[in-house]
Amino acid sequence: MTDTSPETTSAAGTGETEKHQYDVVVIGAGGSGLRAAIAAHDAGAKVAVVCKSLLGKAHTVMAEGGAAAALGNLWPEDNWQVHFRDTMRGGKMLNNWRMAHLHAQEAPERVLELEDWGALFDRTKDGLISQRDFGGHRYARLAHVGDRTGLEMIRTLQQRTVQLGIDVFMECTITELLTDPAGNGRISGAVGYWRETGSFISFEAPAVVLATGGIGKSFKVTSNSWEYTGDGHAMALRAGAKLINMEFVQFHPTGMVWPPSVKGLLVTESVRGDGGILKNSEGKRFMFDYIPEFFKAETADNEAEADRWYEDKANNRRPPELLPRDEVARAINSEIKAGRGSEHGGVYLDIASRRTPEFIRKRLPSMYHQFKELADVDITQEPMEIGPTCHYVMGGVEVDPDTQMSGVEGLYAVGECSGGMHGSNRLGGNSLSDLLVFGKRAGDAAAAYVAGLDGTRPTLPEAGVQAAQELALSPLLGSGAGTENPYTIQQDLQQTMNDLVGIIRTREELERSLAEIEKLKDRAQHLAVTGDRQYNPGWHLAIDLRNMLLVSECIAKAALEREESRGGHTRDDHPGFDERWGTLNIALSINSAGDGVDLATQPLPVMPDELAAFFQEDH
Amino acid sequence: MAYTLKMRLWRGDRSGGDLQDFDVEVEAGEVVLDAIHRVQATQAGDLAVRWNCKAGKCGSCSAEVNGRPRLMCMTRLSDYDPSETITVTPMRTFPVIRDLVTDVSYNYEKAKELPYAELPPRDADGKRRMMQEDVDRGQEFRKCIECFLCQNTCHVVRDHDGNKKNFAGPRFFLRYAELDMHPLDTVDRRRVTREQAGLGYCNITKCCTEVCPEGIHITDNAIIPMKERVADRTYDPLVWLGNKIGIRDKDRDSRAEL
Repeated sequence: MTDTSPETTSAAGTGETEKHQYDVVVIGAGGSGLRAAIAAHDAGAKVAVVCKSLLGKAHTVMAEGGAAAALGNLWPEDNWQVHFRDTMRGGKMLNNWRMAHLHAQEAPERVLELEDWGALFDRTKDGLISQRDFGGHRYARLAHVGDRTGLEMIRTLQQRTVQLGIDVFMECTITELLTDPAGNGRISGAVGYWRETGSFISFEAPAVVLATGGIGKSFKVTSNSWEYTGDGHAMALRAGAKLINMEFVQFHPTGMVWPPSVKGLLVTESVRGDGGILKNSEGKRFMFDYIPEFFKAETADNEAEADRWYEDKANNRRPPELLPRDEVARAINSEIKAGRGSEHGGVYLDIASRRTPEFIRKRLPSMYHQFKELADVDITQEPMEIGPTCHYVMGGVEVDPDTQMSGVEGLYAVGECSGGMHGSNRLGGNSLSDLLVFGKRAGDAAAAYVAGLDGTRPTLPEAGVQAAQELALSPLLGSGAGTENPYTIQQDLQQTMNDLVGIIRTREELERSLAEIEKLKDRAQHLAVTGDRQYNPGWHLAIDLRNMLLVSECIAKAALEREESRGGHTRDDHPGFDERWGTLNIALSINSAGDGVDLATQPLPVMPDELAAFFQEDH
Repeated sequence: MAYTLKMRLWRGDRSGGDLQDFDVEVEAGEVVLDAIHRVQATQAGDLAVRWNCKAGKCGSCSAEVNGRPRLMCMTRLSDYDPSETITVTPMRTFPVIRDLVTDVSYNYEKAKELPYAELPPRDADGKRRMMQEDVDRGQEFRKCIECFLCQNTCHVVRDHDGNKKNFAGPRFFLRYAELDMHPLDTVDRRRVTREQAGLGYCNITKCCTEVCPEGIHITDNAIIPMKERVADRTYDPLVWLGNKIGIRDKDRDSRAEL
């Protein structure tokens, strides 16, 4: 059996719960979830994958540029040491060094494995996997398939999952994790509902892997899909785990700005990696004005050198368009604020004047298609209008770097919902490889953990199952008191986060955002949902809102606390690095009342001397 | 430019339903899915619709817009006259779950029957070598976003529900063809393509190709070449004779029959 449907016998209205037992339950079926499931299955565990959408539709499918791995196919000088250094510097040294280390070392093998399973990457002229330039990477490093690499990756993993016969519960939402009251709070399973029928389902499992992705749907302008409501982040908090780095939200520099229907939709960084440049309304290539001290030594300061770099990386420095994303997004924001923006409030991204139409169509087919179909713009002939869009959260569940286990025994987190790997800013291309490297590690570790249990498997507490179900049903019961439309609360939250917790932040605005979030939390106590339990998106949103509000509070609280600017966190009232903050993580945990979060700072793990040496040498 | 769009949306479930009228404010540059979302947020909170990326990349929001199978996120309102009523109904080939959401499990069942890539060991340096020209065609097929519009449109199952058992459909013929054209794969799947996937049911009316939002040449590049390969193996008298007297097709030496 591969995909699993609601049991026809389950009686939606009667409170009957469909019950399952597994060794490992993976929540989320994107790249990291599927890779974890495959690893746990291969290690002998009985595995279930549970996902909110149909299999193959997870957000990974939208990833465009590629998977960063130091294969050295185009530049033999590339190796894991260079990749590690690029990743740490891109994250402004706030990364968990051990995760960045493992990632750089293991990414090449994880990519080659996809090829064993049938993935067809673009090739070099020697027939090897081709690699593409991206921001912050010293060498062309991203294994890719045109600009639809995420689709290739998810389809490969999906087909592998089906081939192995792993059980997949599609369109099934998990609402709560449960811990074992008898076993010092270790994980004992999860509860949720079938979206199709609204009937409840429970999973008793000693190991749960969270692979739920990010939080972008809390922002108005975002490249993220409806699923990105921070479920894993919020459920982990409530189960007793800590979140770190939540103040760091990546605004991708290039989202579409027009037409309104597609505002926020991603325009891949590959456009710049393949030669595209940024211009303001005066036609000026403005990125040369925004090269920060931290990257001066490795960034070209004139157009001639920048243009030579594509062919000769040994003797030229990188174009400033390929600075890490946080730098480029801030620069674009400044140009727009200074009144040098485009007609629809963005800036221009131009590849038409730099590469041939044939090259553009071959390398960027889905961008060509996207602009042609949705904006009537032919990107081989004219520039694109683009602006920053909420894209990725660096913050997530604090995990052990080797096993991905959180502070809660048996609870693992991988991919975007885990924290640490990317520090304060993620380099493009490091996400897809992150999913593979840590997906495999978590799957292996979860299976080993379950195999090592000495016959004392945790049991699912019946009271917890009941409580979770009652909470899930509460917006539907229609006590008569509810008046709030969940869609309206979501829109108000998105507006608040966009306006007050966006790309540039101040104390005053962050304090205001926290007050607004409290009001929204209060309003969310009085929801009125129309319709019944059968495939009811209004009800589903009402359940997800609770998670969105909790993670939004985490972001705003952490952003208020960190009084410096670093990576994906820019404080107008505290510009520049603060050395003291450079060694600290902000950790959030659920408060004692369970209705908000507490904050604490903790020291960043210190890297060993032999790795620290990479950062002392002159570049 | 904002205006009021007249929409007719099918609402109901397995037990039945009908078209309901909605007036919804829309703006220039919006797509059908935007209008549906506005109906959902302001008039019918429980209106069921599948979607994810809203960028034509995930293939979730398939439906029939004015009778034509399309992705709602890629169907622009500007393609219709503002006075025109836009009617959206669920994909007809699959059973309705609720409103615009259909039960597409047929496709996931067929996916379980699919063969998979079986490659030889890697080269000595741990890598694999394939030329770009040799993967171009496979890459075209792997652009498929599994929107299942081709499956929905194919008359073999759209008009004959009973064929579903024996027919994998155009989406999956892409997969059989992709594997048969994979430069390193080691298996000959022509027999299963005919006997298990039911390739012979297809009479190349090209409806699948016409509705593919990715512009994949399903019929010309996947189905017809696979039909030729199957026919060569099964019906060509010279090949039959060759097999009988032990002369084999050298092109297929690296592949073992499944």
